[in-house]
Amino acid sequence: MSATLHSAPKFLTPEGLAETLAASLGDCVLAAAQANGETILTVQRDAIETALRTLRDHHEYQQLMEIAGADYPNRAERFEVVYMLLSLTQNSRIMVKVTTDEATPVPTVTTLWPVAGWLEREVYDMFGVIFAGNPDLRRILTDYGFEGHPFRKDFPLTGYQELHYSEEQKRVVYAPVELPQDLRQFDFMSPWEGATPESVGLVLPGDEKANDEKGPQP
Amino acid sequence: MSLSLEHSPTTGDEVITNYTINFGPQHPAAHGVLRMVTELDGEIITRLDPHVGLLHRGTEKLIEHKTYLQALPYFDRLDYCSPLGMEHSYVLAIEKLLNLAVPARAQYLRVLFAELTRICNHMLNLGSHVMDVGAMTPNLWLFEIREDCLGFFERASGARMHAAWFRPGGVHQDVPQKLLDDIGVWLDKRMPELLEDAISLVVDNRIFKQRNVDIAVVSRADALAWGFSGPMIRGSGVAWDLRKSQPYDVYAQMDFEVPVGTRGDCYDRFMVRVEEVRQSARIMKQCLAHMPGGPVASDDRKITPPKRGEMKASMESLIHHFKLYTEGFHVPAGEVYVATESPKGEFGVYLVADGSNKPYRCKIRPTAFSHLQAMDFMSKGHMLPDITAIIGAIDVVFGECDR
Repeated sequence: MSATLHSAPKFLTPEGLAETLAASLGDCVLAAAQANGETILTVQRDAIETALRTLRDHHEYQQLMEIAGADYPNRAERFEVVYMLLSLTQNSRIMVKVTTDEATPVPTVTTLWPVAGWLEREVYDMFGVIFAGNPDLRRILTDYGFEGHPFRKDFPLTGYQELHYSEEQKRVVYAPVELPQDLRQFDFMSPWEGATPESVGLVLPGDEKANDEKGPQP
Repeated sequence: MSLSLEHSPTTGDEVITNYTINFGPQHPAAHGVLRMVTELDGEIITRLDPHVGLLHRGTEKLIEHKTYLQALPYFDRLDYCSPLGMEHSYVLAIEKLLNLAVPARAQYLRVLFAELTRICNHMLNLGSHVMDVGAMTPNLWLFEIREDCLGFFERASGARMHAAWFRPGGVHQDVPQKLLDDIGVWLDKRMPELLEDAISLVVDNRIFKQRNVDIAVVSRADALAWGFSGPMIRGSGVAWDLRKSQPYDVYAQMDFEVPVGTRGDCYDRFMVRVEEVRQSARIMKQCLAHMPGGPVASDDRKITPPKRGEMKASMESLIHHFKLYTEGFHVPAGEVYVATESPKGEFGVYLVADGSNKPYRCKIRPTAFSHLQAMDFMSKGHMLPDITAIIGAIDVVFGECDR
């Protein structure tokens, strides 16, 4: 671990914190790591409520600050749900993760923190992750009657529907998105756009010659 | 003998039901587009269901399609009342992933302007809170201070509100010495005079106290359970300030107090903010007194662009500039959650990098989202007009809440 050069918020992350917490939580921990100054525990989906309850009651993580969703379409279970816990007494932050897919529900933690209600609603709205036991799992940020889950990686940036005021009908109407010009998407995988083999993990056209028996051409 | 209820002589056989009204989405006291479905028993609130998301723009999704530098201006537009506070979390998150050192002068400038942002934000909130409960004059006076702040932002960055001035590695441009001198003079004379005049009109005012004292009392346990932060949790008596407990930039070297409330009502939250303005002025004076010289951005040319003058003479600088403003810089894979004390509370950025030049995921933790969720339990049993006081004390801005 190299020295800390940045000036980001400094909280306590003692060496071995991840292992200590993992040992305390028992079998439900799938992975525990400390990287970039963050402590990240991955736990089994069905054990999330008991794990967070243990962390709250026995390790003084009093506050649930945030629940974040993330979509990794290439994985078997594509969604990650990340719980950010904060300890005011120990001045420490940890992240607890579970994975899930479109159909499998995650147990709710509204039983532990009432604040989880809206946070889970947001993850449901944006990613379509279902939280079993949340008493009020409605959409929260998107429009009334919205379909789809916009923060999934396969949802287009422009969306499918747009609104405009119709002079004939004297009201706002919905219509399919029509773009007069395509969105500019820059292809950074192209060697002309700055990709390097290290950054994207591919062999650029022509680079294979470097490993020929004849050696690199002059 | 069985008990028989006497029928009301006026209602006959009609049943009186609770009355449901829509507060908003367009209401001057809702501080933006907030719709609250309010169930009333007479004038007493029995249930309150806030509907948010009317200003949802999908900022987090847009950021995934921009390079790290292009994504920065989106943060100004989240909480448009305290733009630099939003940028602060984001640039620190990038720097944490890069493990990038920031020169001392840049750290001082960031703290100086983050505190100026706090004053600017609190002027708007205190003024509008006072106006929501019926007083006009303090708002006009506090807006004078806010106007001065916006003038300072303009002189530092060129923009009054959407500064985009904090950059990964430092700040975009150095400030002229005259600006620092002017801020010092302003802090000594004009700002405290206007602030204390305006605040003296309300602190002991009978009407203001009747509208705020004992309204929406939140206990310490409730404040923890509902994920409160910033002035909301301090109003409930928890001395928790990220600038103090998890210092970033040069806050560790600053000497300031963390004000807390005693009762946890709207009046306490208001007074916590008033005291925070005085403490911010104290921090700014220390920044001005100890402001070091030197560069205002990291000299890592793979992250921060070279100066204009260098580009005219050095081919390498020109290439660096071109690469940074087309491709941008690559951030090593990893994930961090960085939260700073924005004027409204804990503003966090959960940044997932995959090694490319764009964030893979950027989750923004808004302050108002958790606070607004607690509206239901805070306003239950209070009167309809108390809603405006409660919202005013939450300090909600929908650019940030809805993202």
